[in-house]
Order: sequence, then C-alpha cells, then structure tokens
Amino acid sequence: MAAYLIRRLLVSALILLGVSFITFVLLYVLPADPVRQIAGRSATAETVENIRRELGLDRPFLIQYGRYLAGLVQGDLGRSYLQKTEVAELIASRLPATLLLMLGAIAAELALGLTLGIVAALKRGTMLDQTLMMTSFVTVSAPQFVVGLLLLYVFAVKLGWFPIGGYGSFAHLVLPALTLGILGSGWYSRMMRSSMIEVLRADYVRTARAKGLGRARVVLGHALPNAILPIIAMIGIDIGIFMGGIVVVESVFGWPGIGQLAWQAIQRVDIPIIMGVTLVSAFAIVLGNLLADLVAPLIDPRIKLK
Amino acid sequence: MKHLLASTALILSLALPAAAQDYAPDPNAKAGGSIVLTYKDDVATLDPAIGYDWQNWSMIKSLFDGLMDYVPGTTTLRPGLAESYEISPDGLVYTFKLRPGVKFHNGREMTAEDVKYSLDRVTNPATQSPGAGFFASIAGFDAAGEGGLSGVEVVDPQTVKITLTRPDATFLHVMALNFSFVVPKEVVEAEGADFGKKPVGTGAFKLTEWTLGQRLVFEKNPDYWIAGVPYLDSFTVEVGQEPVVALLRLQNGEVDIPGDGIPPAKFQEVMADPVQAERVVKGGQLHTGYVTMNVTQPPFDKVEVRKAVNMAINKDRVVQIINGRAVPANQPLPPSMPGYTRDYGGYPYDVEGAKKLLADAGYPDGFETELFVMNTDPNPRIAQAIQQDLAAIGIKATIQSLAQANVIEAGGAGTAPMIWSGGMAWIADFPDPSNFFGPILSCAGAGEGGWNWSKYCNEALDAKAVEADSMFDPAKSEERLKLWSDVYMGVMDDAPWAPVFNEERYTMKSERLGGADELFVDPVSIPVNYDYVWVKE
Repeated sequence: MAAYLIRRLLVSALILLGVSFITFVLLYVLPADPVRQIAGRSATAETVENIRRELGLDRPFLIQYGRYLAGLVQGDLGRSYLQKTEVAELIASRLPATLLLMLGAIAAELALGLTLGIVAALKRGTMLDQTLMMTSFVTVSAPQFVVGLLLLYVFAVKLGWFPIGGYGSFAHLVLPALTLGILGSGWYSRMMRSSMIEVLRADYVRTARAKGLGRARVVLGHALPNAILPIIAMIGIDIGIFMGGIVVVESVFGWPGIGQLAWQAIQRVDIPIIMGVTLVSAFAIVLGNLLADLVAPLIDPRIKLK
Repeated sequence: MKHLLASTALILSLALPAAAQDYAPDPNAKAGGSIVLTYKDDVATLDPAIGYDWQNWSMIKSLFDGLMDYVPGTTTLRPGLAESYEISPDGLVYTFKLRPGVKFHNGREMTAEDVKYSLDRVTNPATQSPGAGFFASIAGFDAAGEGGLSGVEVVDPQTVKITLTRPDATFLHVMALNFSFVVPKEVVEAEGADFGKKPVGTGAFKLTEWTLGQRLVFEKNPDYWIAGVPYLDSFTVEVGQEPVVALLRLQNGEVDIPGDGIPPAKFQEVMADPVQAERVVKGGQLHTGYVTMNVTQPPFDKVEVRKAVNMAINKDRVVQIINGRAVPANQPLPPSMPGYTRDYGGYPYDVEGAKKLLADAGYPDGFETELFVMNTDPNPRIAQAIQQDLAAIGIKATIQSLAQANVIEAGGAGTAPMIWSGGMAWIADFPDPSNFFGPILSCAGAGEGGWNWSKYCNEALDAKAVEADSMFDPAKSEERLKLWSDVYMGVMDDAPWAPVFNEERYTMKSERLGGADELFVDPVSIPVNYDYVWVKE
C-alpha cells in the first residue's frame, strides 16, 4: 500500500511537471505578446522594452522556464503581470468558491443521476425509461451557457425563488450547481441504469427476492451498493470535466471562482495566472483520480491496489 | 459642441481660481445613498501609474487627483490639485501652485514633494508604467530612474516647477491623465506591488473593500477638497457579471448601472420599450473604427487601391449591423474632437468609381488579400459586411478572426494586410487631436510592435504635427487646430485607413439615478463620473 502510494505520488508529480512544461511552451509560442497587453496603446518602444526587461521576458525560453520552476518548488506562483498581485493569493481567494460549486454540482448530479438511473432500470423498456434516457441525452448535449441562462431567467427573474447570480448563501449555489449537475446527471443516469440492470440480474438479487425481502429492501440494500461501485470511480474524473464547465457557469452566475480568473487571464495574456490556474486544476484532477482509486478498495474489497 | 472647442482656450484661464469656470452643480442634487454597478471582468489594478483600461480608468479618477482635471461631463480642462499655474513665455516652464490643505485618505496633507514623487515614480522604468511615454517632454525623462526627473522641482511645499525640453501644447492634458495622479510616497513604499489593491489618494472616494472576484466598495471621502462633492455615500462595483445578467438585474431594480453597457443582442429590445429606453443616455465618444491597410506591401502600397477600398465600403450598412449605435466616419478624428474638419465630405460610397481606381492601379480583376478581425461579436459580422463590399469591386478578402492579442500582434508585426479595428479601436486618452496621430498614424508608431498598423509614415505630416504641438500659446489655439485639421486631411489624401464609423455611447441607468445626462456619457469617465451623480430618493 505504502509503495503503491509513493509510486502514485511520484507519477503525479511527473504529470504536473509535464503539464507545467507543456503549458509554458504553449504560452511561449503563442502569437500574442503579454508585454504589449500590459503596455497598452500609447506606450513607446522604450516603454515596451523596459517592461519586457523588468519581467524577464527578454531571456531565453529555458531560463524563463527554469526561473518559473525554481519559484514553483518554493511554492511561489509568481505575480500577475497586469494586476501585480500574488497569483497564489488570487487563486486562494477564488478556490473556495470553485470547490463549493463543484461539491454542489457533484451532489446535484448524483442526486439527479442516480435517482433517474434507478427508476429507469426498474422500469426498463417502458415509456418512462425511454423518456428518461432521451432526456439524459438532451442534458448531456445542452450547452451550459444556454441552460444556465434559462434556469436563471425562469427561477430567478420570473419566479424570484433564487437570487439573480452572485455568491454568498445556499440560495446562490442552487442554480449554478444545478446547471453543472444537469450535464453530469445525464451521464450518471445512463451509467446507473446499465449498472443497475446488470446487478438486478445477479444471483444474489434473485436470492434476496426469493427469501421474500421487500422490493425496496432488495433495491436499496442489495442492488444499489453493488451497482454504485463503478460510479464512484467516475467522480474523480468528473473534476476534470467540471473544470471546463465552470468557466461558463461561473461567468453566467457571477460566481467568483477560478474559472472566471482563468478566462480573464487568457483574455489579457496574463501568463503567471494562466500557469497557476492550469497547475492547480491539474493538481485537482490528479488528486481526484488518486482519491477515487484509493477509495475503491474500501468499498469493494475485491479491488486490490498494486 | 461649443464646450468642446472651449478646451483649446483653456490656458486663458491662467491663474484663475477653479470656481470661476467650474461646473454648475445640479440644483436638485441630494447627498446620500449608494449605487451598484456591475462588470464582467474583475478590476485589474487601481494604481494610477499602471491602470490603463476603460473599466479602472474612471475608478482611479475618483480615488486620486491630478494637478489638472476636466469640468465634469466635458472635455474642458480645469485646475485640480493645482490651484493655479503659470507658463513661461517660451512655453518651457510650468509653475503649479498647489491647493492648500488637501489631504490623502490617510489624513496626511499632500505637498509638492508628493507631486514630484508621483511623476518620478511613473517615469521610473522599475514602475513599468504603460503611460511613461506621455511624460517624454519633461526634462530629464531620458535619464529617468531611481534619481527621478531633473525637470520636476519642488520650489516650496506648495509650488512645483516643471521644465520641458520642448514646448508641448498637450502638457496640461498630460497633467490631467491618470498616470500623473498624485500618490503618497509612504503608502506606496509600504505596500509595494500591492498598492494597486490598496490605493490611497486624495480623491472624492476611498476604497474600503476589495473582495477579489466579487466586489469593490468605494466610500465617500468626507474631507474631499471640493465642498459638497461627492453626493453618493458609496458605490459598489460587483464583478463577474455577464452583461445579459446585469441587464436582468437592472430591470429587477438590483443594479443601477451595467458597466459593460447594453448587450448587443438585447439592444433593440431595450430601445423598443419606452420605459427602458428612457433610462438610456446617448452621447458621443472619442472613438473611431477603421480599416487599416498595410502601405508597405503590394497591393496596398498603391494609393489608388487604398482610395478604392475607402469608396467600396458601405458605411451606412455597417452602422446598421451594430443597431445604429454609431455614425459613419470620413476622417480619423471623431466629430466631438477639437480639430475635426466639418466641411470635409470624405470618400463617397461609389462602387463604379472604386472599380475604376483599381483598374488604374493595375488591378482590373481585383486581387486576394486578408482581413484581420477580433473574434468577438459584432466584429466578425462587420468584417463580413466589409468582405462583401470588397468583393463587389473584385477584392477577395479572407477573414482572419482571432483573439484580440493575436490581432494586435499581427498588426504590430506588419503581417496583416488589412485589419478591422473593432474591439481594439482608438479611443482618445485625452481630448486633443494630437492623441489620434502619434501612436497610430505617425512614423514613430509604425515601428515593429507599434499601433500604427498601416505602417504609414509621411515625414512631412510628422513635421507638421510636431509644429502643431509646439504651439502652446492659447492665443494660437485656433491656428493650432487648423494645423491639426491639415494633418488629418493630409492623411486622408494618402488614405492609409478607411475610417468606417464613430461609436456612440449608450449608458443605461436605473430610475433612481439623478444627475445631468452629460455625466452619464462623460468623455473622460466611462461609464459615469462617480463624483457627481446622485440618487433621487
């Protein structure tokens, strides 16, 4: 177990190093000059060169990357080119909001997805099953910008049940979490349905039924714990999928998370922020996968970590 | 537009107290109350030496002051932290007498030392100020660094003397630019790079809260040196809000001003509703949208080709694409800018004439080229309209729709044959005709990485521009404007640009907001002049 953990951590570190290198290369070859973004329109050629020198952007690529890594191993993500603020501070101030949104979204997608999946599995082949699966197909493909605005318009503007965007209370969380969750629920309901159908055919379920257990007992006590196993592993991967969605959802709902931070930094070619957010996201994904793998044997003793 | 012309007569006010030519306060204005604004993007910085986007520009104006200022809602200069000033007969020495008793937000009195420190700081390369170049006419600029500017001297705690190396008719405007705003040395040195997040100035408001990614709260400075100003107790800027959502919240009474304006997709809906349309204030803007043509490369090295492009574009149709939120342009300067040539008709929309010019230039069958454009709406749609117009005279233009930074890069490198300037178009830094020439049409701007994307360089016009800007004497201001008018007419003869339109500003406000319409389309404060607006109830 310890050896497994050490190996996984080493691999994770290598992945992060690779991500940092690739991102740095991509930003370096990008045909957009961060210095011109800072310098603005009226800057003279001297001003532009001066800013380039002050930021060390006149140095060769490997030296720039080396400097960045040297800072990184000391936990220093550098300062934003435009805002001059510590990138670590910018990310730290926004990370709680994003994590909260992700938790909300995971809760929403599991609650929706699992329930619909179980219902569809139990009513397999009926009209209800087909309708649910059709709906899941729609929610998986619906653009989040549109879903978000639609929810906002109906439930916040027209009905007034929730605030129109913003951050701070549980009421603020519901709509953005739902927007993200609806997308995920489509996947989960399909997976849950097939997983459940498989389990319901299993011998031990037949045995449970044969010994006269109630339908609810059979489904919730025997079938569900087994059917849910493959789903658990998915949650870790979900974090990666969410990273793309939060950029859109945070922007629609005015949710002050790192998705917004990244989007603005990309617009402004603010390389230290782009690097910082990319690394933190990569870290979250790596960590999510690692945790999912570690949790799996606890739920299913048949799984062994090697 | 009379008040605009008055800006050139500003030096007549020499050594007069500010009140003599000042803003007449709204008789109905009431003190108190708070308003909420929204923006999509978080504010980058509030350091006046660094901040250079239209979002933080007006916030910095409310937090800090410069030696000079503008009469609210106009382009007319008035003294700010300087109570009065004198200009030497040769135009090289400016002596500013400071207003006594002005205090920073931390309670310390502002003195001439602070003025010198602030100018030294903004020109010090270590500060990385994008606006450093504006101060190039101050003596000692080339050697600026830790030692400061030799041309800025503290005569006594209330007097600053600034020596220039050449007469500069725009110098008082430069002293009203955010980059020249006065900052307290001890706070800047204590905060270092974080000063932009924890700004301390002499302005009408002080920043009391900045929750990154969420909101900024500006509270009234009770000790502000202009009595009775500001009217508002506070204003809150909420960031991270989509413009469409901001509009919904305004309709719901939660927001007073959507900082990013009315979203294009909602514009017609808003204007068609009399109740909402009534809350929209329309005004001119010191903006011109244009198509640049790279004059260093064939086929745009031929003036006939460039003129043909000018005649091929149906500007009225382009204006329709943006819901009529602009007026067609025929020259680089916008109509509200002093020096605009009113009796100039520009190149007519004339497809047959354009075809003939192309044939004269040796391209009877047209040619293929590329039109670069920023990839956010409505710019690609505008580029498509221009593409169709060009096709009508035989020019087959491929549209390169890219992120803003990439278009700017291609423009600066000179690799873009044509660029539609939308989204990156010139909006004046200060209301003077020289500001539309130096960076975007002069030889100096045509270098690698410059904003003169046509790479146009006419040395005779450059010399004329220098001559105009050396005419600092207020008695010659009309003559100076005539000279600038000649410069821009010379530009139109060479046609490195096809000017397309001048955008108009549409600011939407809540029912409860009071204040003259001019304040909501203030030429130097976008979206509004926070110091002078007020709430009704």
